[in-house]
Amino acid sequence: MTRLMSGPAFPDAPPVVQLSEIHKRYGQVEALAGVDLTIRSGEVVTVLGPNGAGKTTSIGLMLGLTRPTSGTVRLFGEDPASVRARSRTGAMLQDSGLPEQLTVTELIRLLRSYYPTPLLTERVVQVAGLQDCGGKRFGELSGGQRQRVYFALAICGDPELLFLDEPTVALDVEGRRLFLDFIGEWARSGRTIVLTTHHLEEAAQLATRIVVFDRGAVIADEPPAAIRARVPGKRIRIRLGATLPPDALHELHVSGVQHEANRLELLTADPAGVLRALYARRVAITDVEVAGADLEQAFIQITRRT
Amino acid sequence: MSASTATASRLFMLLEQTRAEFLRYLRSPILSVFTLALPVVLYLFVGLSYAGHTIAGVPGPAYALAGFAAYAVSNVMLSTFGIGLTVDRARRMDVLMRATPLRPWVFLTGRAIVAVFFGLMALATLGAFAVLTGGVNLSLTAWAVLAGWLLLGSLPFLALGLAIGYLVNPNAGGVAVNLIALPLYFASGVFRPVDQLPQLIQHVSPYLPSFRYAQLAWSAVGATNVAPLGTNLGILALWTVGLAFLAARAYRREQSRRLA
Repeated sequence: MTRLMSGPAFPDAPPVVQLSEIHKRYGQVEALAGVDLTIRSGEVVTVLGPNGAGKTTSIGLMLGLTRPTSGTVRLFGEDPASVRARSRTGAMLQDSGLPEQLTVTELIRLLRSYYPTPLLTERVVQVAGLQDCGGKRFGELSGGQRQRVYFALAICGDPELLFLDEPTVALDVEGRRLFLDFIGEWARSGRTIVLTTHHLEEAAQLATRIVVFDRGAVIADEPPAAIRARVPGKRIRIRLGATLPPDALHELHVSGVQHEANRLELLTADPAGVLRALYARRVAITDVEVAGADLEQAFIQITRRT
Repeated sequence: MSASTATASRLFMLLEQTRAEFLRYLRSPILSVFTLALPVVLYLFVGLSYAGHTIAGVPGPAYALAGFAAYAVSNVMLSTFGIGLTVDRARRMDVLMRATPLRPWVFLTGRAIVAVFFGLMALATLGAFAVLTGGVNLSLTAWAVLAGWLLLGSLPFLALGLAIGYLVNPNAGGVAVNLIALPLYFASGVFRPVDQLPQLIQHVSPYLPSFRYAQLAWSAVGATNVAPLGTNLGILALWTVGLAFLAARAYRREQSRRLA
């Protein structure tokens, strides 16, 4: 495991989630290869990483839905599968279903009964923005409404610790913005939140800390500002008309390079300067495209190189 | 969040769980309509044809009612768990529930209470139909004994429903339940008298839980051709133990696969 830097924003707060020396193997595949992670009370942690990096596996372990091959998992110092730990935890999971015959308020009423000190139903409905569909059956709801119901059920027990696995994945831009507002409001109440996402922007908006997974390991664990500072803003895609001269990229201010056949991709904070240098070096460019980099992908490309 | 309220009240949880399960059953036509209506339809075509006959000292329609009631109540048990659990698995409802503090026994008990309720509803529906159309005339005691035996004897079917729910393909619950229940009752003399069945099946039928279950029902309406109570209950108890064991193994297999 390479921990580049650890910056606990809440060094004295009690640990809520503790993963120690976690390995998780599925047959030949090692999904997690030695993960250590402590999350303290009040932290809003975003877990970033490409598909298959180990994000969802880690969430499953933290919730006691799966067991590690080796290592220990603790929630509030207890077995994560225990009723006591689960009574203090709420979760919004990918690919989970609900009874379609029950209405939104019936579902909230049911889930509230599982927790010792639940929130009032009206409060849950308001926080999740479900005022207009309380009487509707789950089967009649749109994708965005369903996502809000999952959020409502995750918070209805007034959990100290909230897991949100890809909460905005099925939403359009407007739905995503609205949803981030709900989460943001909940985060301000001082609860611990663990959130996975593909969107670094989303992560940076909410989190006090970002943990980046790649190939089953934590490759970075820093505050959002530190992560952003390391990520260049632009991606240059070039189609080459001839073979790339051997020293064409020598001492260029680029952080990520991908070169396959006649396609060249560069990550840089200074696209104009890089293109000027390439033209000066007589690189045969037949087509060029400059765009804002996908930050998460860019970040992983950079950290893999170092 | 003091220590005394670290977990929710189990009784309240069970109450709410049962309420939710009841609403789900009521609003699922595959369960409510099917399990209440199918026995009535079968009784209409088969049971009423015994009008005017006497079977084992009992008027034909009453004898048929007892057998069909056995089918109806056990079908509710099989469907509530066999279809209910496979639907839960197919829609991945179990995933979210497992991340909550809901205890598995609360979930299963809530569903069992609903199954008992709808089992009695199925008996009441069929009974009312038989009284109105077949002129069935049973004493209050006979009705009570019939209901009691049908509930007690339904345990192996509840266990079988659990086993089906955890074993079969998530999309095949309804098919599996009917593929098992209908042959079981054809082989037990409920839809047709046993002596009209193929020889092979006549040899097998005394060992089937459905045969012994139907015998309990026939004994409640005063039929003279039934085996001693001890034999019927003993064989049903053996089936209960065996099927509960199978269901427990199926449950553990499902859990360990999910936990992998």
